[in-house]
Amino acid sequence: MKRALLAAAAIGAAGALWFGWGAMRPVRPPMPHFVAEGYPPSLSDWGMVAASRGRLMLGQGVVPYDLITPLFTDYAGKLRAIYVPKLGAVSYDPEKTFDFPVGTIISKTFYYPVPAGADRMDGRVLPAVGADTQSGAAGLDLSHVRLIETRILARRANGWVALPYVWNESQTDAVLMRTGTLVPLTLQRAGGGTEEIAYAVPNVNQCASCHTPNNASRQIAPIGPKARHLNKSFPYTDGTENQLAHWQRIGILTGAPAPNVAPRNADYRDTSVPLAGRARAYLDINCGHCHNSAGLARTTGLYLDSTVTEVRRLGYCKPPVAAGPGTGDHIFDIVPGKPDDSIIAFRVAATQPGIRMPEVGRSIAHAEGVDLIRQWIASLQGSCSS
Amino acid sequence: MRQADRWMVSLLAAVALGVAGCKKHDQNVGAIDKEKQAALLAQLIDAKAGDVILIPAGTYHFDTSLSLNVDGVTVRGAGKDATILDFSGLVNGAEGMLVHASDFTIEGLTLQNTKGDALKINEGQNVIIRGVRARWTGGPSTKNGAYGLYPVQIKNLLVEDSEAIGASDAGIYVGQSQNIVVRNNKVRQNVAGIEIENSTNADVHDNEATENTGGILVFNMPNLPVPGRATRVFHNHSYANNTANFGARGTAVASVPAGTGMIVNSNPQVEIFDNDIADNQTANLIISSYYSTGYMNKTGVAAAYDPYPSAIYVYGNRFSGGGNAPDGVKLQALRVAMFGLNGHISDILWDGFVDQAKLVNGKLDPSRAICIDNGDAGVLNADGPESYKNPSTDKAPYACTLPKLPPVQLTGKLAEAQQKS
Repeated sequence: MKRALLAAAAIGAAGALWFGWGAMRPVRPPMPHFVAEGYPPSLSDWGMVAASRGRLMLGQGVVPYDLITPLFTDYAGKLRAIYVPKLGAVSYDPEKTFDFPVGTIISKTFYYPVPAGADRMDGRVLPAVGADTQSGAAGLDLSHVRLIETRILARRANGWVALPYVWNESQTDAVLMRTGTLVPLTLQRAGGGTEEIAYAVPNVNQCASCHTPNNASRQIAPIGPKARHLNKSFPYTDGTENQLAHWQRIGILTGAPAPNVAPRNADYRDTSVPLAGRARAYLDINCGHCHNSAGLARTTGLYLDSTVTEVRRLGYCKPPVAAGPGTGDHIFDIVPGKPDDSIIAFRVAATQPGIRMPEVGRSIAHAEGVDLIRQWIASLQGSCSS
Repeated sequence: MRQADRWMVSLLAAVALGVAGCKKHDQNVGAIDKEKQAALLAQLIDAKAGDVILIPAGTYHFDTSLSLNVDGVTVRGAGKDATILDFSGLVNGAEGMLVHASDFTIEGLTLQNTKGDALKINEGQNVIIRGVRARWTGGPSTKNGAYGLYPVQIKNLLVEDSEAIGASDAGIYVGQSQNIVVRNNKVRQNVAGIEIENSTNADVHDNEATENTGGILVFNMPNLPVPGRATRVFHNHSYANNTANFGARGTAVASVPAGTGMIVNSNPQVEIFDNDIADNQTANLIISSYYSTGYMNKTGVAAAYDPYPSAIYVYGNRFSGGGNAPDGVKLQALRVAMFGLNGHISDILWDGFVDQAKLVNGKLDPSRAICIDNGDAGVLNADGPESYKNPSTDKAPYACTLPKLPPVQLTGKLAEAQQKS
């Protein structure tokens, strides 16, 4: 029975490519379908999400989730969702990404709100912040949304695979583009003014450039599903609940401690919590996937993940190693009290390739993030003069 | 080894995958060769061990970094004058090509005008870079990408017959690597021509360095996983490296005075012999400490870091010219004070920093000494610790010899390549 449903879904998905989705629009959510090998050409082959009747629906048994402090991606909104086929199999870990079983699928759908009255595909988009952000608890209302891409991370027998899918012009399905693509967009800022975005859908190798926790093994892994990023409440359709508690209750996780004793990164936007925690949370999710002792940027000696305690490793008075023009003519990664003299503040604000950090994942600056890092550096005590 | 020109096959496959999407926006990115870029990316993504990816002759304009994560692959152009990959229009990524792979060979092509590094190979073993040119075509500029050819954390590495032109940091930069041969390369108009940094067992020979700020550098930087040691620099020609330093402030190379033929900074066991070093206007050879870079401080530099050059052995080099117009007011004043208005700084300039804690009866143990046995070549101790107050040209302190370092023996497939010179 299940097999038949999957076959039908697969045929439906393939059909959609040629005949359009309209005639066979599903009335029920799709069924997640783990593809054990190969490269399914359409996002619908995975059954994680489906665009139908003005909504992006989540597949059956697919759980949406959110991160306390997320990676910045050119002000795109993100709908994250996970499907774990085998319940009771994932042990809680206080630090690392949870070790999900073969068959697990994670999807992350990148979208922008579009201005009221605009042609959805004319390139004009709004930042997904504040009122324009949807929780994604019941999928997405697409009435003023442009879907850009959905990235799939699937846990296969020999490890995770990352596949980028780009939404088509009619916004009915997304098509696999393993070599990535650029999507030019014009971001309209709330205060007026526009900014051109060279939105980069990563190619498969670029996916690995962030998703490789250990550069020696080069195995890829999800970044977000860690206790410290997930430990927040989420407005599920049947009520608000802490995500770790929810995952434990429905069987995705086992052995999770009570949320109040589990690690928790700060929300970088929450001005009621200490500045240092907000800044470290921001650096952890935006930089720490490469800048750690085993990651791609271990060659720099600058480590920005949440586990680091030694201030030199965080860049205090630390001379750069291979920054080239990325120094911005500054001598140290961080000069306590002096954001204008600090390389980190310069590089998070920069937009030019080769200068900006992170290297991939954004083409414009994140004003709120830059402000936060500058405030934090301004608050630091100390001197690099001796 | 499987050899096949899969360019066209991949091109068709890429088009079938819909790679050429977003057509209506293509006018925004000028003459980017989107389809060829996608085809090459697809080949790199789908590469298997043993593959040879051939890039035919032609000039290709790309807007996205190329990358390879598969071991055992060769990327081969039709020669560095024939196959040219141009990244002037790069918007996605930073490097021209970024490789995370072992048993990797790249040969016969040019990577040019990248925003970041031209070629970065990050961790692996058995890497050959042969006949590859990295260049920036607009001449020296701080806006050029940092490194030309940049292998880092590689074990067993051969860089030969290659060129680097215009890098705003180092043209050929070998970082944190082991068992290295860098030979028969030409580097010019970079801040640093060739730089060996935090690396162990390197032979740098038969290279030509000119028009850089500094020709050949051997450095140890703090805060990195391993310090380097044991580099032999021999039979190179490093001349007229007098380009004004255009490195960004804060980079290690920004501390190199314009007009430096070779420089050893904070590195142990460096042997410099049988080189022709000429007409470098600050000094033909500088031996210096991290203290002279201006970056030393207690908070940001690991306590374990050794900032002194030690076991430096200089012999049998042919020096001529140079030292006549050193970079900066202080060095100019030093030149005039020591050698007169028309004089020139000695062939070998030492900044004079000594680890006082390691002196025994006022002398350094030979394992930490600077030994110079180079005929009539002069040596100037600049007395950096006292801001050049008591400079000295006395050569007696360097009258010692050190055991010679063994030649680097590359292993495996690279052993054969090393023998074919």
